[in-house]
Amino acid sequence: MEKFVGIILIIISSALINNFVLSRFLGICPFLGVSRKVETAAGMGVAVIFVIAMASVITWVVERVILSPQWLLALGVDQAPDLTFLRTIAFILVIAGLVQFVEMLIQKSNPALYSALGVYLPLITTNCAVLGVAIININKGYDLLQTLFNGIGSAVGFALAIILLAGVRERLEDAEIAKPFLGFPITMLAAGLMSIAFLGFSGLIK
Amino acid sequence: MSYILYAALAIGFLGLLFGIILAVAARFFAVKGDPRIAMLREALPGANCGGCGYPGCDAFAAAVAAGDAPVNGCPVCSKEAREKLAGIMGIEAGEVEPLVATVMCRGSLENAGVKYDYEGITDCTAAASLAEGYKMCHYSCMGMGNCVRICPTDAITIENGLAHIDQSRCIACGKCAAECPRGIIGLIPKSQQAIVKCRATEKGKSVREACQAGCIGCGICEKKCPVGAIKMVDNLPVIDWDTCIDCGICAENCPRGCIAFVGDRPKVAYIDESKCVGCTLCKKACKFDAIEGELKVAHRVLPEKCVGCGECIKVCRTDAIHMIARKEK
Repeated sequence: MEKFVGIILIIISSALINNFVLSRFLGICPFLGVSRKVETAAGMGVAVIFVIAMASVITWVVERVILSPQWLLALGVDQAPDLTFLRTIAFILVIAGLVQFVEMLIQKSNPALYSALGVYLPLITTNCAVLGVAIININKGYDLLQTLFNGIGSAVGFALAIILLAGVRERLEDAEIAKPFLGFPITMLAAGLMSIAFLGFSGLIK
Repeated sequence: MSYILYAALAIGFLGLLFGIILAVAARFFAVKGDPRIAMLREALPGANCGGCGYPGCDAFAAAVAAGDAPVNGCPVCSKEAREKLAGIMGIEAGEVEPLVATVMCRGSLENAGVKYDYEGITDCTAAASLAEGYKMCHYSCMGMGNCVRICPTDAITIENGLAHIDQSRCIACGKCAAECPRGIIGLIPKSQQAIVKCRATEKGKSVREACQAGCIGCGICEKKCPVGAIKMVDNLPVIDWDTCIDCGICAENCPRGCIAFVGDRPKVAYIDESKCVGCTLCKKACKFDAIEGELKVAHRVLPEKCVGCGECIKVCRTDAIHMIARKEK
């Protein structure tokens, strides 16, 4: 029961309170780049959820099995090699491979979404949110289940933020905006206001 | 030492693992794309200049394959490349006159007077919007180099407050023409030799006050053009490129020298009087009445009428006619 509550807390905290885009300011590039239409934003959100959830689990396994192989001690090895300095490069490798995989999957299953996401799909590779989640999971010492749900929670937070912003931007299309604010400036303002609104969640968990 | 080994092994193992997974996935999820896109892309110049109106050569190739863009839509392509594109698509390429960007202004710092010292930011739009520019002429080049900065091939230089385009480097992407706040850069067929180098639409008096090299709208070129290719519109001559025969008579007769003649100097026929027998064959052959002279008297070419077409040379029995360069004005 306690574990269950802990996982609920992790999801709420990663999705709302420590929202990746609006509180930690990671993954801003796709957040602003693909948030023109709700449809593509949702597609991007789903792709990111899939990539982050998979990446969280795989990087956790990579960390435990290869980079910091404590299991060798059980086999009678005196000292397990500490390869944690390879964390960034190994995780990026995992993410890059995953993104390639997801790209093929989307191209096969949904060509329209594939062309709508365009360059931002391969850019998930360099989306710092993905690497961020993976590294936070390790730093916080989560177990596999917690890692999975922290990843899903963070990614849902990202999807939530990008879909909300896309909704705002779709309405802004029809709004009368002062000329200097047209385009990106008004989007930045909207994103900033959303960020402030999300600060309100910080009182959710004591 | 062992650490390096472990590290190399670990990363190598991961790389190999993902490589194998991706290779399998690539086969499993293979999507049959249009093979023509890759072929078209191969045949394109790859400058990614955007001159076709699409974001880069890849997008253009996809648009051509989808039938949205014409095969001759790339302004940078050579004739051979266009034919190759057309061959891939299985259609005729059609003739496309290659274009080149040209600065239609001669308002350098010497020619166009300077109203005030501009010390603002180095930007043509900013300079042009401050009291209609720092030059006396309200149509002239600002010389702040917006075109220089946007040119993908570094073909433009600013000399003496006036932009110059290196024709050999220009790929006619049209970015400079779109960027220029004064609209004085135009895309002109590469073969076109006579070009009006002024965009001032004001009356002669005000142009004369503003610039020593501006068109005063006198209309001499219109009158002198042997083929009627020039029409005066808004105090400026407009040359119809299809009709123009590149004789250079307009450039020669312009009192302000604002019709430029690019390329070789135009030729004019010259009759060697010692060889001429006065047969009048050339006179009859001339479509422009540019040869005068009576029977059995040595003929003479009227340079202001001669367009250098060379018809007279073909009919002359005594090889008395040859082409000479028109004299520099």
